[in-house]
Amino acid sequence: MEFIFDALVVGSGLAGLRAALEIPENLKVGLISKVFPTRSHSGAAQGGIGAALGNEEPDSWEWHMYDTVKGGDYLTDQDAAETLAMDAARAVYELEHMGVPFNRTPEGKIAQRAFGGHTRNFGEGPVKRSCFAADRTGRVVLDTMFGKAVERKIHIFTEFYMLDVIIDHGKVAGIISYELATGHLHTIWSKAVLIATGGFGRVYKTNSNCFTNTGDGVYLCYRNGVPLEDMEFVQFHPTGIYPLGVLVSEAARGEGGVLKNGIGRRFMPDYAPTLVDLAPRDVVSRAISTEIRAGRGVDGKDYVNLDLTHLGADKIEEKLSDISSFARIYLGVDATSEPIPVTPTCHYMMGGIPTDLNGRVLNVNGSPISGLYSAGEAACVSVHGANRLGTNSLLDLVVFGRRAGRAMTEDIKSLGAPTPVKDSQGRVEARIKAIKDGKGPKPADLRTKMKQIMTDFCSVFRNQADMERGLREIRGLKEQYRSVSIDNKGENYNTDLLDAIELESLLGLAEVILVSALSRTESRGAHYREDYPDRDDHNWLKHTLVMAGSHDPEVSFKPVKITRFQPKARKF
Amino acid sequence: MKVTLRVYRFDPSVDEAPYYRNYHVEAEPYERVLDCLNKIKWQQDGTLAYRMSCAHGVCGSDAMKINGRCALACQKLVRECEADLILIEPLPSFTVLKDLIVDLSPFFEKVEFIRPFLIAGEAPEKERLQSPEQRKKMGESIRCILCACCTGACPVVNENDKFLGPAPLIQAFRRIFDSRDTQKVERLDQLDVEDGVWACLNHFECTRVCPKEIPVTKYINTTKREIKRFLGQSEE
Repeated sequence: MEFIFDALVVGSGLAGLRAALEIPENLKVGLISKVFPTRSHSGAAQGGIGAALGNEEPDSWEWHMYDTVKGGDYLTDQDAAETLAMDAARAVYELEHMGVPFNRTPEGKIAQRAFGGHTRNFGEGPVKRSCFAADRTGRVVLDTMFGKAVERKIHIFTEFYMLDVIIDHGKVAGIISYELATGHLHTIWSKAVLIATGGFGRVYKTNSNCFTNTGDGVYLCYRNGVPLEDMEFVQFHPTGIYPLGVLVSEAARGEGGVLKNGIGRRFMPDYAPTLVDLAPRDVVSRAISTEIRAGRGVDGKDYVNLDLTHLGADKIEEKLSDISSFARIYLGVDATSEPIPVTPTCHYMMGGIPTDLNGRVLNVNGSPISGLYSAGEAACVSVHGANRLGTNSLLDLVVFGRRAGRAMTEDIKSLGAPTPVKDSQGRVEARIKAIKDGKGPKPADLRTKMKQIMTDFCSVFRNQADMERGLREIRGLKEQYRSVSIDNKGENYNTDLLDAIELESLLGLAEVILVSALSRTESRGAHYREDYPDRDDHNWLKHTLVMAGSHDPEVSFKPVKITRFQPKARKF
Repeated sequence: MKVTLRVYRFDPSVDEAPYYRNYHVEAEPYERVLDCLNKIKWQQDGTLAYRMSCAHGVCGSDAMKINGRCALACQKLVRECEADLILIEPLPSFTVLKDLIVDLSPFFEKVEFIRPFLIAGEAPEKERLQSPEQRKKMGESIRCILCACCTGACPVVNENDKFLGPAPLIQAFRRIFDSRDTQKVERLDQLDVEDGVWACLNHFECTRVCPKEIPVTKYINTTKREIKRFLGQSEE
């Protein structure tokens, strides 16, 4: 079938839903999603959303902006950080007005708690800035936003996958979508298309991401000539439950939990004397990995302990009940009396599709691509720089999701009707046929190898030799992928086929991560090079861009926007 | 350890009737039933269809019947499945679309029917005030992930597809006991019908299976009492 929209939103997480809600009802809006909206991965966010409301103690948006810039190791575009921090209070009040059931202070205001890297007075000590609903903030915000979409009667196509973006002569015309229930392809023409398809932590073996986070939108843009920005910056969250990788929110440390190594000693004071356990995630993840490498993991294994036992059962029940239930369900650990074994887990991609402050996707020259927008983890504004602070992700989704919705609304007035492209589905049809006719390896085999390669050669610690080997091996897998085969040749609910298609995205993005990481010969934020352990502002205070070349990906750079805060040594 | 999964299979486009197929997998005791299903799908039989996403009990995608009981496959560990044979079936009371995938649209229609959004007057500049005590009245209802385990397990739903069912009633409870919502009476009135709260006969199956440990039946009974308090004579 064919559909025609004024605005099409791809992805029903918080960025996509918030954007869709911003587009007025007189415009024809469509929203497609791989999953039912409340299954989206925004719902897995636990600890809170950052805003300097000052409900618990004095705070200011300038401090929040500073923390975002310093947390991002000065790679953050400061105009974006300013937009984020200045708009944060409005965005959180808006969520409250929509119905989010935040925890409350005794006076009935939104309760706030401490979180990694968020400080008072430009780094003096932790500040309570995270607005939260127990440890399921993302989920209740997602439920609330879904409710608003129901109220607005926004039409959502669930279990529709995007298999291609149609960009013709530098202008977006629409997308090709695959309907899971029937196996039918649909061309969806639209004046404006928003890519809000989330991240791709699934390229790593241990990760906190859902199975659907395969970076389809990011990869399809890349394949169609859009550059990808800062892809080397991969966030490893310090506290994934060992060995599953399920997230234990930083809120556990925000509420007073501490990390201890195998000899029962608190080690974070050695690495971050001021913020200790509440240092930014890149710092804590490196500290944990360093302890484990030095043989100070628990029982000689690859994990350390997160100790909440001194917090008391009441506090854990009121503020950390989901994570204590994860420990109980998956490990049989009672967090009120035993520590939780944790290890870094791939969590978030700072890089993605380059956009301006209004979600307009930028080409390699920095000019907008007509009709194409992106927001959320798929996008790189860049508001998180080289390392995202906890609670800034939910905030990014609602602040920049809204701005993208506004920009689409404004631009649609001058964007003409999409020009249909001949045989738009041909490429996708050929691809599906090739996979169904394939005689080579199964997607799962290639995927398992890819995850191991990325984990072994491009994780918390990196060096040239490892990454070169990783890149060779990923390219070998890409070659093998050309003959990928599947068991299921049917039409309805063929998740086997989608697994194979998603793997192309993951492999392509794994290559881009490696190419970006190899090119950056310095250490900054989450990108730590053993062979270049220092930050090098003279040569590397710039964003990486990677374009799909005729053969290998092509690397170029663009400047960082620095307004208020000149780069300084980053100590916590 | 070696585990056998006996899995319900049905593809309405080719099969005349559902059947069961046994699969043998190697699994660690700490692994999830979802991990076992993935091993089947990825290594043995790519035609098996089921939904999944977050794999840690937050998104609510992988609700199914495991050894006769509705549960999330990602929250049930191999070591908890007492028998060596794990029986896997789709959620009851729903139409099977393929294997373990069921048609949840009637479920979501009922969720949408109860108006799952805050209805309140004009908003102040900052937050609406709500005391911690008022906030607590919503209780555990905010934990609902719309997985439909409760609805699948409900004996009343099984016999009467007009019954709103436990999850939509929990969604309503969340708004009825939200001090910010101005539609309490209207919402209670909407539930004060034969196929609303009064169809619940206190089987407690919803409470037993809820993966998020919401006291579902208790909240439905609280809603019944609130209807009597606010609307007086009911249709009971």
